[in-house]
Parts: sequence; structure tokens; C-alpha cells
Amino acid sequence: MYIIRRILTMLLTVWVIATLTFIMMKLIPGDPFSTEEGALPEEALANLYAKYGLDDPLPIQYLTYMKNLVTFDLGLSMEGSGRSVNEIIASGIGASATLGLITLVVALVFGITLGILAALYHNSVFDYTAMVIATVGISIPNFILAPLLMKFLAVDLQLFPVANWGTWQHTVLPSLALASGPLAIIARFVRSSMLDVMNQDYMKTADAKGLPTYRIVVLHGIRNAILPVISFIGPLFVSLITGTLVIERIFSIPGIGRYFVDSIFNRDYTVIMGTTIFYSLILVVVLFLIDVSYRFIDPRITLTSKGGS
Amino acid sequence: MSLLKVNNLKVNFKTYGGTIRAVRNVSFEVDYGETVAIVGESGSGKSVTVQAIMGLIKKPAGEIEKGNILFKGKELLQLSQKQLREIKGKQISMVFQDSMTSLNPTMKVGKQISEVLLYHQHVSKQEAKARAIEMIKEVGIPNAERRYEQYPHEFSGGMRQRIMIAIALACNPDLLIADEPTTALDVTIQAQVLGLLEGIKENKNTSIILITHDLGVVAESADKVIVMYGGMMVEKCSVQELFSNPNHPYTWGLLESIPNVSNKDKERLKPIEGSPPDLFSPPKGCPFAPRCKYAMDICMEEVPRLYDVADGHSSRCFLNDEMAPNIATFSEVEERV
Amino acid sequence: MSREARELLFKPVNKKESLSEQIIRPSLPIWKETAINILKNKLALFGLVLILIITFFAIAGPAMVPYSASEQELTKNNLAPSSEHWFGTDDLGRDVWARTWQGARVSLTIGLVAALLDLIIGVTVGGISGYMAGKGKRGDRIDSILMRIVEVLYGIPYLLVVILLMVIMEPGIITIIIALSATGWVGMARIVRGQILQLKSQDYVLAAEKLGSSHAKIIGKHLIPNTMGIIIVNLTFSVPSAIFSESFLSFLGLGVQAPFASWGTMANDALGVVIGGQWWRLFFPALMISITMFAFNAFGDGLQDALDPKVRKKGGK
Repeated sequence: MYIIRRILTMLLTVWVIATLTFIMMKLIPGDPFSTEEGALPEEALANLYAKYGLDDPLPIQYLTYMKNLVTFDLGLSMEGSGRSVNEIIASGIGASATLGLITLVVALVFGITLGILAALYHNSVFDYTAMVIATVGISIPNFILAPLLMKFLAVDLQLFPVANWGTWQHTVLPSLALASGPLAIIARFVRSSMLDVMNQDYMKTADAKGLPTYRIVVLHGIRNAILPVISFIGPLFVSLITGTLVIERIFSIPGIGRYFVDSIFNRDYTVIMGTTIFYSLILVVVLFLIDVSYRFIDPRITLTSKGGS
Repeated sequence: MSLLKVNNLKVNFKTYGGTIRAVRNVSFEVDYGETVAIVGESGSGKSVTVQAIMGLIKKPAGEIEKGNILFKGKELLQLSQKQLREIKGKQISMVFQDSMTSLNPTMKVGKQISEVLLYHQHVSKQEAKARAIEMIKEVGIPNAERRYEQYPHEFSGGMRQRIMIAIALACNPDLLIADEPTTALDVTIQAQVLGLLEGIKENKNTSIILITHDLGVVAESADKVIVMYGGMMVEKCSVQELFSNPNHPYTWGLLESIPNVSNKDKERLKPIEGSPPDLFSPPKGCPFAPRCKYAMDICMEEVPRLYDVADGHSSRCFLNDEMAPNIATFSEVEERV
Repeated sequence: MSREARELLFKPVNKKESLSEQIIRPSLPIWKETAINILKNKLALFGLVLILIITFFAIAGPAMVPYSASEQELTKNNLAPSSEHWFGTDDLGRDVWARTWQGARVSLTIGLVAALLDLIIGVTVGGISGYMAGKGKRGDRIDSILMRIVEVLYGIPYLLVVILLMVIMEPGIITIIIALSATGWVGMARIVRGQILQLKSQDYVLAAEKLGSSHAKIIGKHLIPNTMGIIIVNLTFSVPSAIFSESFLSFLGLGVQAPFASWGTMANDALGVVIGGQWWRLFFPALMISITMFAFNAFGDGLQDALDPKVRKKGGK
């Protein structure tokens, strides 16, 4: 059955990621305790090694890690604060999820609207303008757009706070920077999809039925045009996750992305591994949900088939 | 007064490559309860002609340069979109060639039928559903209640075409336009669908415009025939006249290219040599002249007018001119048919 | 026209001269038609011109000023653009013009090499997978193993993997290229496999197979030429995506290390000072990243339209 096969692939993916991450972490030259400012006293070092299980043979370390992973225990941060990785993720998820969701909604709503309007007014000035803006939007990376927005809208015009997190005003610039790329991609995608649909025979049928224009456009046109957008949410989600890494850094937002980037520089293995696995898990689940929901929404695809390309 | 009267219709399409003169000066009438067949090869302008009637020629790509389309005496080309919607789907409806792509793939077929009723007859949702199920039964699909809830991809090609017909007939139109309704179907299914259309015409006195390139279909179901070539109407006559007294060399070619099973001699199929005219820059003379065995110099120079050759039978060919030499008759072909 | 003159026209045409079939429209070889279509597409042409301009400056730009990219002149730091320093100087007194075009070399090299590696790995894996599918038990197994790998890799956010790889390996240009290609080929492999599968079921390929054409001949004569278009289009899109990833990594501090500079590292260095008003340090590298991405995306779009027969048909009706 399709769903079971899909869930198995999901688990396999997560396991591969966890194992790869583990191997990679072990390959890194040096460790967090021996690198900086000379060595710690031998005894202290041994204590630390014991505390994090680093003195066990590798297979044992791997098994312990996997065992803990199954119970969603991602271990302790090595940063000395004594916080667990779970705590760190929990403290960052609020900001990251808020930012991600706002961005997702903004990108989808405005992207779809823009794409449909551009298609309906095909070859008009509006269409050309929208598509030039969209192509430009795709070309400006979010980590470039963010400082520019910061400079002009926050520092010069003082419309929004420069950085930090807390009120809704704080969410505007980061989500704007984060949404621009996906929004542009969705707009272009929806436009071509809608143009394609408008050339379909069933649109002629709908017209020949003498239906009101809004019904032709909305029920027969837009519905069919935006169905494929669902398959877009997966990649969109990936780009959001990676996007938050830089955006949270630029705007000093206390989200998971910032902790992740910090942990890389601190060689904080457990946090690197924990967040990577957490991200992958979310992503894999989202991809799964999209896939399954697509099969429910689009009547042409059945759950038993092996899946479209 | 006839039901539909098309007068000097001229339709162009603007493309990057230039203007396509898709339909040039087409005129015909459809009477109540009559089946008119429009025959011609691809690109002859037959589909465009009926799309113009349905108001499906949209600017900026398509343009109706001139002409009149009178439906029950009303000029359709002058109507607003809103007024036209009152006629489309209700008094004139259309069945398209490819039933595979003509139904909305993500909407239940039942809903695709009932939405016509909802908008044109202002009935309640339950009523529309009941009537739609009734229609599904009427076009000969069993298990109508269950079928109502299904999607187009769950139907076979012939079944889908029946659904298209059900949609077209939902509001009891006066005129049904069928654009090659059987081309995409198997031969046996073709016969069933044609039978269905025949039945409708007899029971409800619906007029039908039937577009086809199959002269067999014409012989079986049409009353009047219009032969089109290169965007022009080249011959117009009754179905009996078409087979007993065809006048235009293109029509001869069409009749000759029908495979003849009864003929004992192993005769090869006779295709019409050459290819259809380039509609971007149509020849200045008769569009068929470059392929015509009997072409004269005049045919290359100017477009022939319609000559009346018999009562209700006209033909756009210079061979009917008094100055033309008496070179050709259709006797050899006549013997075969 | 007089009646007499007109009457003269009513005689059969001399068949030999006029019935000769006219060729209505000459058909062009596909590459020529593609080239014409690109030249007609203003946006694609614009993209191509931009790519050429940027490449030109990447080659010639640094030599146009008397400063090198790494030469420090601490007394002349943080200068705004002027006739002496066209793009200004940074906090160490280095010339931003020289650094920007030096960075262009790094960014473009990484983008092109990574895209080429994606192409080689992706086409090989996708091609083998697509070709072997349905060729007996062994073929199916090869296909399914390769596709499992692709499926799993596809489910991993690739920049995370790249980040992890960058952490393990010594940061540098070669590391970036390896890290980017380690996951970047997956998209190409999927596309090529899909295309090959579709082509394989085409009648002419089946016919060639039944008539005893060799594997090599089928692959070389039918499959590769007919997948070229989609591969080239995908290649044009993977260049900007690699350039984006490189600047992204460099921006995070994981990318190119001194003495090399890429647009990403320059933008990252400038992040702290842009609010202080030294806009030129962010502006020029940012502009170059954006222009390059725009140029490749626009060109890729145009190429896609030009190679897609569906679009070609739309132009006709």
C-alpha cells in the first residue's frame, strides 16, 4: 500500500540522515574541548568525555545516539550551559515557526494572486511588469535583500525595528526578505499554469455552457491552475528552512536557525546533529503530508499508484 | 424565418507569423429541425465558423472582421457578453471533438451537467442534481446515480462524449453544434453516438450543425451539406445533391477518396494530391486551384463567385461560368458511388 | 478587364509550370530554430548579453585598475566610490572594484564547475537508471537502487548537507565545489531519468530496438539528442543556483576563505557596516550576485521556451 511504503521511505531517510550526521561529526578534526586556548587539565577533559559519552568506542556511541533518538532525546549541548538540545530547539521553535508560517502564507497568497492576475491579463503591461519584478525577485538572494530592507525601511525611513524579535513589527522585514524569492517563483509558476489551463478544451466547454465569467475563471480555471502548486510547497519549505538560517542571523532573531549557525562555529556537535535531524524530520513529514493531501485533492491520482513524476 | 442565418462571415487570427484568414465569406442557414453538415479537411475553417457562432472567438487573437450571425432573427455579434450567456448553453450548445480534454478533470461529471441547469434554469440544487441524473440516463449511461459522483477519468471515451452530449442537451437547446463529435472514438462507438444525436433530433426537433470530415457520417445523418476549403464555402447543397450531382472539383476529390469496399478491382485509394493552402497568404484566386485537375488561368487570378447550379445548390467554381469550356463532368465518379 | 481578355483566361492551366508543389515554409534545423527563438526573446537575449558582460569583466576587470584585490592601503580605507577607486575601498583600504571582479572569477568558476559536475553525475545516474529500467530483473534492480538513493537524498535539505560537509572539510573553493555537487546532481538525475523513460516508450525507439540497433546506437542516436534540450536548460538553471549556494555559504562564513574573496564573503563582511553608511561595500557584490542570477535565469527561461515544442506551437495558433 502506498502510504506504508511512503512511511518506510520516510523512516529510512531520517535514519540515513541521522547516521550520516553522526559519521560526519566524528570525522571532524578536533572536538569542542581540545581546540581552543590550550588544553584543559587532563582530568577535567576525561570528565567531560565521560559526561558526553565520548570515551566509549564508536559503535557504542552510535547505538547510544540512536537509542536516544528513538525517544526524541537529542542529548546535551556541549556549550557548557548545560542546556539540552531539546530545550534549545523548544526555545527557538516559536520564533522560527512564526517567521516560517507568516512567510509561507505571504508567499502563497500573494504569489498565487499575482500569477493568476498576470495570466488573466496576459500580455498586458501588468503582466510584463509583474513578471519582470518576479524575475528580479528570484535573482536577489534573501541575504542580500535583508540588509537592504534593513537599511532603507528600518534605518533610513524608520518604519520598522531594525532587528530583534517580539512584536508583530519585528516580523515584517524578515518575512518580507524571506518571502520575496518563493513569492516570485510561485507567481511565475501559477501564471504559466493558469495560461496553460486557459488554453484547455474544458475552458472552452465552460464558456460554451454560458456560465458567468467568475465561475469559469474560479471553478474551472483557478482551481485546476493552483492544484500543482501543492507540489511546490515541499521545495518551498526547504528554502524557508535554509532561509531562516541567514535571516535569523541578520535580524538577530532567537530561532532554531541562529542556534544552528552558532553551533557550527562552536563545534557544538550535539546541537548540530540535533537540529539537522530535527529539520530533516520536519521536512520529511511535510513532504509526506503534501504528497498524501495531493492525492486526496486531485481525483486523478489514486493512493495505490506508485506516484507521478 | 430560419433558426440560424450566417451571412458573409469573415474571421481572422492574429499570430506572430502574420494574420491567418481562417474564414472568408461564409453564408448559410439552418432551419428548425434540420441537420446541416459542414465538411472539409483540417484547417478549412469549419471549426472556426461554429466557434464564431458560439462567441468563442476572442480578441485579441481572434477577430470577426465582418458578417452577421442571426439566431431567431437576433444579431449575435451585437450582443453583450451577458446577453450572449443567456443563449450559450441554453438555446445553442456545443459538443466538442475531444471528450478527453473537454471535460474538467477535477470536477465530478454530475456537477458539470448540473451547473448548466443551475445557471440557466434557476432551479434548486437538488432539482438540478435530479435533472442531471435524468440526463445521464437519457444519453444511455447505466448506474446514473453512481456515475454522477465520478470524475471524467473514470469514464471511457464514448461515455465521456455521452456526458458532453448530456451537458449540451441539459437545457433543451434549439440548436446543437457538434464539432467532430465522433472523430476521437472507435468506429462502433461512433455509430452509437451518431445514433444518439439522430434520436435527439427526432424526439426534440433540435437543429444540429454537424462538423465532420467523414462523408459516410454526412450521408447517414445530414439534410444539407456545406463543403469548405481554405476558409471558404466551396459548395452548398442538399445531401442528395451532394452524392448525385456534386459540382465542385474539390467535392469530387472528397467523394473519390472514399474507400470503396464493393469494388472488385483492386483499386488504390485516390487521395487529393497536394496540400491545403497557406492561410497566412492565401492564393489570390480559388484556394483549390493549385490542386485542381481542371484549373484554368482564371482560377489563379480571381476567386470565383457562387454559381447556382440547381435549386438550393450553389458552387464556387468557374467551370460553371458560361465562358468555361465544357471539360469535365463527374460521370466516372458517379458510377462508383 | 475586357470580356475578350477575360475569356482568354478560361482555358486549362499549363500544369507543368504551376502545379509544381510549392514548399510553403522552409523548415530549419532545430539548433537554428532555437537560436532564432532565443534572439527573438528579448529577455533571454538580455540575459545572454549580461552573462557575456560579466564574464568579460571577470576576465579583464581586475587588470583595469592599478590595485590588486588583496593589496591593503590602510590610510585609504572606507573611501566612497570616486574616480580613483571606482567602487570605493573597504575597511582595510582594498579596492572594491578589484575585489568584486576577483570575486566574480571565484563565484563564476564555482558556479560553472559545480553545474558541470552536477551534469556529469546527474546524466550518468539518470541515464543508466532510466535506460536499465524495464530491462530484465537485473536492470530493474539497478534502477530501483539508484532511485532509492536519489529519493533519500532528495528528502534531505541539501544546504544542510552542504553545511555539514563544509564543517568537516577544510573550507575552500574545492571543498565548496565538492559539497555542492555531492547533492546537486539529484535534480538532474531525476529529470534525465524521467525523460529517458518517456522517450523509451516512443515508437521510433521501440522500432530501432526491434530492428536490432545496438545499445550504444540507441543511446547515442535517439536518447541523448532528444534529452539534450532539457539537460541544457537544467544546466542554465543550476549555474545560478550554485552561485547562490556559494554566496550563501560564504555569507555564513563557511565558504571561500581569505585571501580569496567571493561576492558572498564580501557581502558578509559588509553586513556590519552597511547600516553605518558604507553602502558600496554591500551594494556592488550584491548587485553582481543579483545580476548574474537574473542573467542566467532569464537566459534559461528563454532557452526553455525556445526548445519547448509546445511553446513553439502556441506561437502558431
